[in-house]
Amino acid sequence: MQDNPFSLAGKTILITGASSGIGRATAIACSTMGARIIITGRNAEALAKTRSLLAENDHSVILADLSVDDDLENLVDECPTLNGLVCNAGVGGLIPIQNITKKGIDRISSIDLVVPMLILKSLLRKKKLVKDASVVFTSSAAGVYRVSPGNAIYAAAKCGLDAYMRTAALELGHKGIRVNSVNPGMVNTPFINGDLFSEEQLESERRNYPLGRFAEPEEIAYGIVFLLSDAASFITGTSLKIDGGMTLK
Amino acid sequence: MNINDFIRHFAEQFDDTAAEIFKPETEFKNLDEWSSLMALSIISMIDEEYDISIGGSDIRNAKTIEDLYRIVENKK
Repeated sequence: MQDNPFSLAGKTILITGASSGIGRATAIACSTMGARIIITGRNAEALAKTRSLLAENDHSVILADLSVDDDLENLVDECPTLNGLVCNAGVGGLIPIQNITKKGIDRISSIDLVVPMLILKSLLRKKKLVKDASVVFTSSAAGVYRVSPGNAIYAAAKCGLDAYMRTAALELGHKGIRVNSVNPGMVNTPFINGDLFSEEQLESERRNYPLGRFAEPEEIAYGIVFLLSDAASFITGTSLKIDGGMTLK
Repeated sequence: MNINDFIRHFAEQFDDTAAEIFKPETEFKNLDEWSSLMALSIISMIDEEYDISIGGSDIRNAKTIEDLYRIVENKK
């Protein structure tokens, strides 16, 4: 262990969904803490922007649509041996239960649940995670700690992801590999700043947060950095709620 | 797509509002059964039936069912 257990110096970390939001903030924070980063996502331009924001190191960019099996396998093949994985890519979508379609279920659960399951499996099978590696899934307070109308598919996928995380922590403990999740509430990212919510709805939602605001992406990234670091060396199977106190209400 | 089918699909999302209430000129946000969840149902219905994605702002910009129909039609 290094002098500063919170440092990521000497670690190589793969971050999915690094084009924007929490993924981009995590890539920047990890690079600042000394890690070498491999960022992946679907949007070349946005990934290049993330790359330009990283603290200098021998970082890599790998373009991949992880919902495409070949892309996922190619990504894993191209990765060097990793000390950390941040499985962050996610999509949302509000669909009331009476309007749910198989297409809607597939679109959300493919990225939010199936891809994280397969990427961890593939990295293990191809021996890409070192002993004592740390895996962090970006889960959500939604589903795991709270449900809200219209969010059934997303909530179910994130609950599934948390269950997968805990099972993986149990299975991989003997290898020294730790597996945890961060579970944010609302975060100021393109994810919520699209066209789904009106400003009035967001303002009303903000009142559910004791801290009086939503998170900034960095505030989730710092939780991820902690779980990746040696400072969290005895933490595995934990869902780290980062919600400004929202679920206390 | 035609407006009569659109109105039929629109009305199908509601449980307690009689089908004959729904007309092109109906100001749907004034209906008792209208809610933010109903707005999501309408957005989902349009995605499922017409394969067109509309957002919350499209709902906000429409006053009548016909307004919304025109918005959807313009996205085709």
